[in-house]
Amino acid sequence: MAILEIRNLTHFFGGLRAVSGFNLELREGEVLGLIGPNGAGKTTVFNLVSGFYQPTEGDICFQGKNIIGLRPHGVTALGMARTFQNIRLWNTLTVFENICISQHSQLGYGTMATVFRSKAFRTSERRVHKTAEEILDILSLQHFSNEYPKNLPYGLQRRIEIGRALAIRPRLLMLDEPAAGMNPGEVDQLIDLIKWIRDKFKLTIWLIEHHMRVVMNICERIEVMDFGETIAQGTPEEIQQDRRVIQAYLGDADLIDA
Amino acid sequence: MRRYSPHLFYALLCLLILIAAQGNWLNAYLQLIIMFMGVNIILSTSLNLVNGYMGEFSVGHAGFMAVGAYVTSVLNVWLFTSDRVFGPALLPAKSVIFLFPVTLLIGGIVAAFVGLLVAIPSFKTRGDYLAIITLAVNYIVKSAIENIQVIGGARGFMGMRNIGNAMKEVVNLPWIMIWIFVGTGFSVWVIYRFVNSTYGKGIVAVRDDEIAAEIMGVNTRHMKMVAFMLSSGLAGIAGGLFAHILGYINPGSFTIMKSTEIMVMVYLGGMGSLSGSVLSAIGFTIILELFRPLQVIKWVAIPLLLILLMLFRPEGLLGHRELTDVFPRLRRIFVPQGRRA
Repeated sequence: MAILEIRNLTHFFGGLRAVSGFNLELREGEVLGLIGPNGAGKTTVFNLVSGFYQPTEGDICFQGKNIIGLRPHGVTALGMARTFQNIRLWNTLTVFENICISQHSQLGYGTMATVFRSKAFRTSERRVHKTAEEILDILSLQHFSNEYPKNLPYGLQRRIEIGRALAIRPRLLMLDEPAAGMNPGEVDQLIDLIKWIRDKFKLTIWLIEHHMRVVMNICERIEVMDFGETIAQGTPEEIQQDRRVIQAYLGDADLIDA
Repeated sequence: MRRYSPHLFYALLCLLILIAAQGNWLNAYLQLIIMFMGVNIILSTSLNLVNGYMGEFSVGHAGFMAVGAYVTSVLNVWLFTSDRVFGPALLPAKSVIFLFPVTLLIGGIVAAFVGLLVAIPSFKTRGDYLAIITLAVNYIVKSAIENIQVIGGARGFMGMRNIGNAMKEVVNLPWIMIWIFVGTGFSVWVIYRFVNSTYGKGIVAVRDDEIAAEIMGVNTRHMKMVAFMLSSGLAGIAGGLFAHILGYINPGSFTIMKSTEIMVMVYLGGMGSLSGSVLSAIGFTIILELFRPLQVIKWVAIPLLLILLMLFRPEGLLGHRELTDVFPRLRRIFVPQGRRA
């Protein structure tokens, strides 16, 4: 069953067609990679799906529900979490608080309850703290729980961002270039982490990545974009052989031969 | 027991001051300063919620204060005293002793709704542009009051002295001071609880990275509305109390100068620091009084102090930290056990 279905997604930035007629079907439990040269529109697709941009045309259905028109926090509340290409952690809050706050859409209490510390507040707050502690333990970040993210190394910050997304208990996890700026050792750790997360949380993962080692290692299916359009899709092996993909990345093969 | 130690400490302090005031150990002047301190604490902590914790730049806090001041004063004078404009009292003057907090709260609620005037544009803009909007709201409120003749227009509004006297007639205590203590305690209590909950920390997430906050599930519009309304509502309560200290208010007390004064207190104490705001409100009130003999030079000396502070401590006295972070020993007394982060 498809967890996410995108039909004919089109988005304009002024006169520029950033995404045009994009289609995708994401099956429950799979790991799908979205690759393409710089400026192909990959992150725009992510921003459209997470509700940050409203598409000019097209439909996005998440778990059978059309999410066009929902604001980003509403989309998140449905069980879709993402990370960002350039890390966007809240730097004046501790790691622990970062992971608590991402559960904001699941708090279920309001201002009055906060001020008067009602029962709903206390149970919810306990649950949030417990989830955050679990996530920190799972990702072995417990020693950094009271640190500020900006003081931590890059690889750890990436891990915290993934933790922050996992705290939402998502059905779909979207990772935007998780390996960007990592050294080879960190990339290996990341590959293991993503595989392990998928098995542990039984969720669907959709990732954008330039790092071919990551993509080829963990993705079951790959979709390739160029100039806002899908140019190829298939298994990693098929994609590696695809003429149009090679063309998009390296230029015309005939020219290279000659 | 330890959980309530800050509450006990505050209650004891208030009681001591009240006993001193009642026993004539504190003269009227010192009492006045203590009352202004209380009002300033409410103002600076409530502005810190928006400027410090949420990272917006509101420069029109006195406007909300004016709304609260006028609403509470007019209600009190209309309901409890015989007035030339509003006619005879609608309710017995003595009932004011129970109903004063109610009118105060109504003033706060009306101010909170005026706060929406700022909250709604804040969905689209932030930074300098929002600052201009808050400035405009400050001017709108001031000019509106100046042009409503029923409440005195630019001449000001008086008659609140009778309210204090009416309360004194029932039980002979410095009632306005008591209500200021209650209001100050309430305001700090509300803000403390708000910013120490996962829900309230949502506004800090908005400050750090609004896009990430919205995408990670924080309803930023809702949080902004809550923060602005809470902040302006508390400012309204401060205004209501302020009006009853001297028993006279005029639109000239709620100009951009007053807003600036509140902002100075916030930046002096440190952004996003509740204890810093409390300390700086107390300190600033004292400094203003100490420098009084300097007369005109006062307004040279105080800005100079501010410049020095910005040069050597740009974050304010306690930027993004609390007193318990600076003096960990205090934590043993003031922070309940078993709390993380």
